[in-house]
Amino acid sequence: MAETTYLEAIREALFEEMERDPNVFCLGEDIGAYGGAFKVTDGLAARFGDARVIDTPISEAAIVGAAAGAAHMGMRPVCEMQFIDFISCGYDMLTNYVATARYRAMLGCPMVVRGPSGGYVRGGPFHSQNPEAAFLHTPGLKIVYPATASDAKGLLKSAIRDDDCVLYFEHKYLYRRIKEELPTGDHLVPIGKARVAREGKDVSIITYAATVWKSLEAAERLEKEDGLSVEVIDLRSLLPMDDEAIVATVKKTNRALIVHEDTRTGGVAGEITSRINELAFEWLDAPVLRITAADVPLPYSPPLEDYVLPQTADIIAGVRRLAQY
Amino acid sequence: MATAVRRKAAAESAELDRAKKLELYYYMRLTRSLEERLVNLYRQTKVVGGLFRSLGQEADAVGSAYALDRTKGDILSPLIRNLGSMLVQGASPLEIIRQYMAKGDSPTRGRELNIHYGDLVRGFVGQISQLGDMVPVMAGVTLSFKMRGQDRVGLVYVGDGATSTGAFHEGINFAAVQQCPLVVIVENNGYAYSTPLSKQTAARDLKDKAIGYGIPGEQADGNDVLATYAITKRAVDRARKGGGPTLIELITYRRKGHAEHDNQSYVPSGEIDRWEKENDPIDRYIAVLNADGVTSAELGAIDDRIRTEIDAATDEAEKSPMPEPTDALVGVYAEPSIVPPLWFREGIRSAVTAHERPASWGTHDG
Repeated sequence: MAETTYLEAIREALFEEMERDPNVFCLGEDIGAYGGAFKVTDGLAARFGDARVIDTPISEAAIVGAAAGAAHMGMRPVCEMQFIDFISCGYDMLTNYVATARYRAMLGCPMVVRGPSGGYVRGGPFHSQNPEAAFLHTPGLKIVYPATASDAKGLLKSAIRDDDCVLYFEHKYLYRRIKEELPTGDHLVPIGKARVAREGKDVSIITYAATVWKSLEAAERLEKEDGLSVEVIDLRSLLPMDDEAIVATVKKTNRALIVHEDTRTGGVAGEITSRINELAFEWLDAPVLRITAADVPLPYSPPLEDYVLPQTADIIAGVRRLAQY
Repeated sequence: MATAVRRKAAAESAELDRAKKLELYYYMRLTRSLEERLVNLYRQTKVVGGLFRSLGQEADAVGSAYALDRTKGDILSPLIRNLGSMLVQGASPLEIIRQYMAKGDSPTRGRELNIHYGDLVRGFVGQISQLGDMVPVMAGVTLSFKMRGQDRVGLVYVGDGATSTGAFHEGINFAAVQQCPLVVIVENNGYAYSTPLSKQTAARDLKDKAIGYGIPGEQADGNDVLATYAITKRAVDRARKGGGPTLIELITYRRKGHAEHDNQSYVPSGEIDRWEKENDPIDRYIAVLNADGVTSAELGAIDDRIRTEIDAATDEAEKSPMPEPTDALVGVYAEPSIVPPLWFREGIRSAVTAHERPASWGTHDG
């Protein structure tokens, strides 16, 4: 069976869900005839027509707000942010309106907001962001961030079927760089469940999205060069977060390195550290360490971007420090 | 207001029969009397949060909402001065009083304040405080009508102040491009909190904003309930026929402050009195009804009925329980439907025994 890229997996999920449920529709900028800035929605308009694949004005607040209104009426909209960096233009709608709707008004918002995220592509400050932490703090939203093609498909299908708003971050560095044979049939990945990407017993790396791959590369090298057995946990979902999987790996290795591409202060790693502190402090043999981006807007020029973002060598250094502690 | 517009409005409202005209009076009077009761409850410190009046704006709320077709499932999204619109759609005085008293059996179960609640079955969507946000939401509600080929129309209210927001612009532009069956009513009541229209916009008329969106922009006397009804009915009919959105500016006046605590020190002296004496929407409508042969006794009977309804609702609401504290953890998500209590609240039903009700949010000396 042919291998499917991460990007194609997302497209497959959209096709299958639109085919399955007439309430599912897509809206976003340049997603129709053009097929989206990254061609994720290529072919959707031809198949389903422009009434269900809506090219919108450049209006992220209206895209999110209109999706919410349609979702109240039982539709299942999938919004595309052309780059996830622009989700901040819909921040008010997402956090004040969408996230509170069920709680304050018993209004469901079964909708997805998805878009190309992340760096390592020389995109500069406005085409490289990882804004998950800004929304992690908002009760009422769910957040997923797949690292594999299989999870990209399965999580998007689950997100579309979820009765609440799911922010679906897709890593543009992974779009065409990774591929695998996808499970056949109606492939669903549950929201809120992490995955053990690599089994190990000495040190745990807890991560998600593109840094899963850097962590796996680091684990492989550490095994060869240091004889270390490194476990890699791919969180897949950030909200809700899989505390059980985090605690299980900490209890197994007693050493945890948290790796993410987003900036450090107020980031997801701080939240994970806190949970480990609350749920598994006695099991730790070393302090929890973080490998993250530096606290700067993401710069454009390759030497600058490579310096700011976490690299495989940084992860290796972090694991070594924990192993020696 | 141009005389021609008034004459046209009067002609179109001729389709309203006598019973319907009296119903308009009922909803306007109910709005005012219910708010007066809420003022009493507020002064007795039984209202927990702020109290927002629509005194002097009852005609624009009631007349416009009355133009929707409740049998077809039309939906509106009200603003804080649209208690009257909600009553027309079927909101009850009991719900409103429970909301203001933060009761556990209020429509939002104590989660939200005042008239911030909705019911899709009866056809109103609860607003939020971020002004303008309901325009994109109602664009989406009406987009679903269009996508499903339904014969339904949506109506969204904004104030003069909200026309300055990005959400208003994005939402109305989106609805116009998609030709959604949406009517956007701008209630121009002269003030956004303390800010007069002249500091809100350099536009001469808010209806002119429609030109930029390529949709019809109309204007009517918001204190004339029949004119308000007629101009909205035209826009609703146009939307239902596939003619897309209309922006309607209704000229009215906010006779009370932003909320009950606001002393309106920024209003030029005499302005409020002038609107009260010369342009009260209920007084004006009574004169119209009297000229149509409706007697004072008939109107008095309606007033009595309203008083009885509000008394009964007040008694009922006073008996309502406050929410169970732990209900605060329920219903953030469909699944999981409950958030676990924090470790320091495990097994604790209530964090405090006496719930303070501050005299204000700190906006003024309590």
